[in-house]
Amino acid sequence: MKVLVAVKRVVDSGIKVRVKPDGIDLQGVKMTINPFCEIAVEEAVRLKEKKLIAEIVAVTIGPKQGAESLRHALALGADKAIHVTTEARIDQAVQPLDVANILAKLVERDNYNLVLMGKQSIDDDFNQTGQMLAGLLDWPQATFASNIQITDGIAQVIREIDGGLQTVKFKLPGVITCDLRLNQPRFASVPNIMKAKSKPLETIPLDKLGKLHNSIQITKTEAPAIRKGGAIVENVDVLIQKLRNEAKLF
Amino acid sequence: MQIIRNRISYHIPRFGFKYLCDTTFLNEEHLQIQKVALDFAKEKMLPYASDWDKNNYLPSQVLKELSEMGFATIYVKQELGGVGLDHLSASVIFEALSYGDITTTATLAVQNLCAYLLANYGTEEQRKVWIPRINSFDALVAYCLTEPNSGSDNKNMETYAKKDGKDYIINGIKCFISGGSVSDLYLIVCKTSEKDVSSILVEKDTPGLSFGKVEDKMGWHASPTTRVILENVRVPQSNLVGKEGQGFKMGMSALDGGRINISSCSLGGASLALDLAKDYLQDRKQFGQQLSNFQGLQFKFADMAASLVTSRLIVRQAAMKLDENQIDKSLYVSMAKTYATDSCFDVANDALQLHGGYGYLREYQIERIVRDLRVHKILEGTNEIMRMIIARNLLK
Repeated sequence: MKVLVAVKRVVDSGIKVRVKPDGIDLQGVKMTINPFCEIAVEEAVRLKEKKLIAEIVAVTIGPKQGAESLRHALALGADKAIHVTTEARIDQAVQPLDVANILAKLVERDNYNLVLMGKQSIDDDFNQTGQMLAGLLDWPQATFASNIQITDGIAQVIREIDGGLQTVKFKLPGVITCDLRLNQPRFASVPNIMKAKSKPLETIPLDKLGKLHNSIQITKTEAPAIRKGGAIVENVDVLIQKLRNEAKLF
Repeated sequence: MQIIRNRISYHIPRFGFKYLCDTTFLNEEHLQIQKVALDFAKEKMLPYASDWDKNNYLPSQVLKELSEMGFATIYVKQELGGVGLDHLSASVIFEALSYGDITTTATLAVQNLCAYLLANYGTEEQRKVWIPRINSFDALVAYCLTEPNSGSDNKNMETYAKKDGKDYIINGIKCFISGGSVSDLYLIVCKTSEKDVSSILVEKDTPGLSFGKVEDKMGWHASPTTRVILENVRVPQSNLVGKEGQGFKMGMSALDGGRINISSCSLGGASLALDLAKDYLQDRKQFGQQLSNFQGLQFKFADMAASLVTSRLIVRQAAMKLDENQIDKSLYVSMAKTYATDSCFDVANDALQLHGGYGYLREYQIERIVRDLRVHKILEGTNEIMRMIIARNLLK
């Protein structure tokens, strides 16, 4: 069984972002693998350790620094990597439907049995790519996975949904997007980091697989309003008046 | 694993290590490894460092995990069983891990020193037995050089190994030995003749091997330090590492790497001190404003930052010279060791002062960093000896 794991390189969650007129300032900012993508890689490695899958291929879309996330995935245990290169801004111009189309092309080219992804990326929070990919491939999907079992080509996934936990079952191939509590990624060991250097890394220019349509345009980026002080209200009427007229809740 | 009771939660800096984490001289591989080491340090070491210090606890489980990640044989070549990285990588790793806990990182540094000696000077048999055990933290190894009467003047050692048939009989006392009484293997540096200094392995539980009490030190509490006493300790001559008379050369070559490592430990500790000071200056208000608004404190903080960056640069430069085996490597290593250990102690001490009364409380962690870093000016060659080496190299 072959697994494709899609990883994205995003702004590190710990830093304080600076907002510029054309978007977030990425100059010199610390970037790292998207935490949910890292969880997806870790899950693939665990499935391989259980001998349920034979090969893990990590893929990313982005400029040449994006290879860092691929090398991280290889160091965690992926076997091969594919780097779809583009100079476009990955936090703005590389959008879910275009990504899904590119991944669909790769799935058709290489015949994967399973695609694992993070549920969303922490820069744009779209939470769409996995779902769109499943739609394009006409494959079953299970999103927000907090537990994955695979037996005899059948995937059983526990999903974390607003109402609680939902268990779904489907016959592979399929798409699964990973949520926070699925696993805790391991620390890459130094020998594995060094071994990763000699694992195959294929580079494909983006226009060989698809196109960036920029169908969603970002019109404004602004920092959230600075938190103002609260106020103590005397009674419920005043509370409702404030909620209606100031907070504009209803 | 021993369970620590009474864990107080300690402050972990908000944006630790990120602001002054300059990547000068580092290539992509160094950066990848630094990330792994720093993530590990912040998650698995930093929250517990104060507990380990308070309870005099050597964290074997954490050391095992670190060893399994490849951090115990960093600059031992791959064909000799190690990870095969360079001294610059080791510096980056120890700096990152020391951010979590200085003492435990120092214990790991000793493992690296002993592994280096066993790999490069040991017989194939010794290598095959001990390198895998070091890699899995199945063996803690202690390096025994200093004696009550020979510290800086280490040629003046008295521990003597006399030949007896196919064995050596060793008599003497070693002191200030990190890992004493809890190590599995002791690398004893001793005289095998009037002139020859050699290195001989003595395993734990060998008859005649005993230990003094665990010393009550100012810092480095998470590492037991004892005397190692050898009374007619009999070991086979196959326990000799390298050749007779080579012990000194071995020690000096290991100490160059060791000095880079201890300097790097100072860098990591000072980084944490600086980050804690930054948070404090921005949180604490007196006279109606944040402490970070007062110019006197701003100047002090600025000096601390510049000091840390300079120390880091000289340590990395020395590490690179060591990697390239340049002719002035020992000169630069000595300069780096004395400059970095002195400066980083001052950074930590200044950070304590910036914390005011709170700096004096254990809970704020600063005083632990000061206590731990204080010994770096002394061991692995006192900074006075470093100055002798520098002057000798430049003025002769």
